[in-house]
Amino acid sequence: MQTQQPFQTFLDEHRVPVLGFLRAMVGPNDADDCFQETFIAAMRGYERMNGSNPRAWVMTIARRKAIDHHRAGRRRPEPREELPEQPVRDPLPGEDAELWLAVRELPPKQRGAVAMRYAADLDYAEIATALACSEDAARRSVHEGLKRLRQTFESEGGPQ
Amino acid sequence: MNPTIDAKSLRRALQADLDAGAAESASRLATAADDAGVLDVAYATADTPVGPALVAATHRGLVKVSLPNYPPEEALERIAAEVSPRILESRERLDEPLRELDEYFAGRRESFDLKLDWSLATAPFMRSVLRETARVPFGMTLTYGEVAEKAGHPRAHRAAGSALGANPIPIVVPCHRIVRSGGQLGNYGGGPEMKEYLLRLEGAIGA
Repeated sequence: MQTQQPFQTFLDEHRVPVLGFLRAMVGPNDADDCFQETFIAAMRGYERMNGSNPRAWVMTIARRKAIDHHRAGRRRPEPREELPEQPVRDPLPGEDAELWLAVRELPPKQRGAVAMRYAADLDYAEIATALACSEDAARRSVHEGLKRLRQTFESEGGPQ
Repeated sequence: MNPTIDAKSLRRALQADLDAGAAESASRLATAADDAGVLDVAYATADTPVGPALVAATHRGLVKVSLPNYPPEEALERIAAEVSPRILESRERLDEPLRELDEYFAGRRESFDLKLDWSLATAPFMRSVLRETARVPFGMTLTYGEVAEKAGHPRAHRAAGSALGANPIPIVVPCHRIVRSGGQLGNYGGGPEMKEYLLRLEGAIGA
């Protein structure tokens, strides 16, 4: 059996891109929960990890946790009636709040690809591995996501 | 004004405050991982008068003390290979060992009351030499030959020396109390100066 490096080293190497990706996927408030779930699952499977691309491997787990999170969110019972129809917005960081929100409103595949590319700085080969698609498809998803973001901002002057 | 949507603006937006947030999330992982039952080894650094020492524990007990002259990364890699790679830095499991080590170096503790995990000392002779060593009281010394005899192999003083040199839990398993028969102190994993320092601390040799 192959020996893995200490998990702390693995965590230190991947914590920033994983949190970046998760923030873009589920928002800053829930990103930490997904982060803990991602790395606990990674620890569980760590000894079986194929060492060829650890970043894509952990990002695959993170993506699954983000999707689970969305599903769990849908199953949640309705909150109090007086709450608005729109989900409560997490507080967003800094001046780029609107851009941030727009990313979260992209269709899932584009959102995942854009988050991996720009929040986690993955290259297209890694995105393709993490999304289980071809490199071309990964590239296309990122570009379509970008195009859509541009349209959103150019037509409305920002999403409202 | 509309923001420009390009790689730069997206990176700036999505990566704002990310490093600090990731460090914070990562610091919470050990507790969550321990609750989930996936944290096999926790480690922390003990500040001692002779320098920083890495201490590591499994659920069974203290598994490793790595002396200041030894690179902590190498100690962790050895634990990963021989115990488990599921290792995180966390003081939670190490409160008691850290406290007892502090007290020992402050001269307020003569024996350690800690559970030990012998996973890094697998050879039977090595383990019996280390168990006998653990019985040598504070301030006393034995020779390599004496400890070999107690371990059941009276003439294996050289093998006893090797076993002690590979002691995974020094200080707590006090291999510094085993000395040469001619009055010299002999080798020590932490360096001969440290052996002398520890024996002086214990009053086993003159000030």
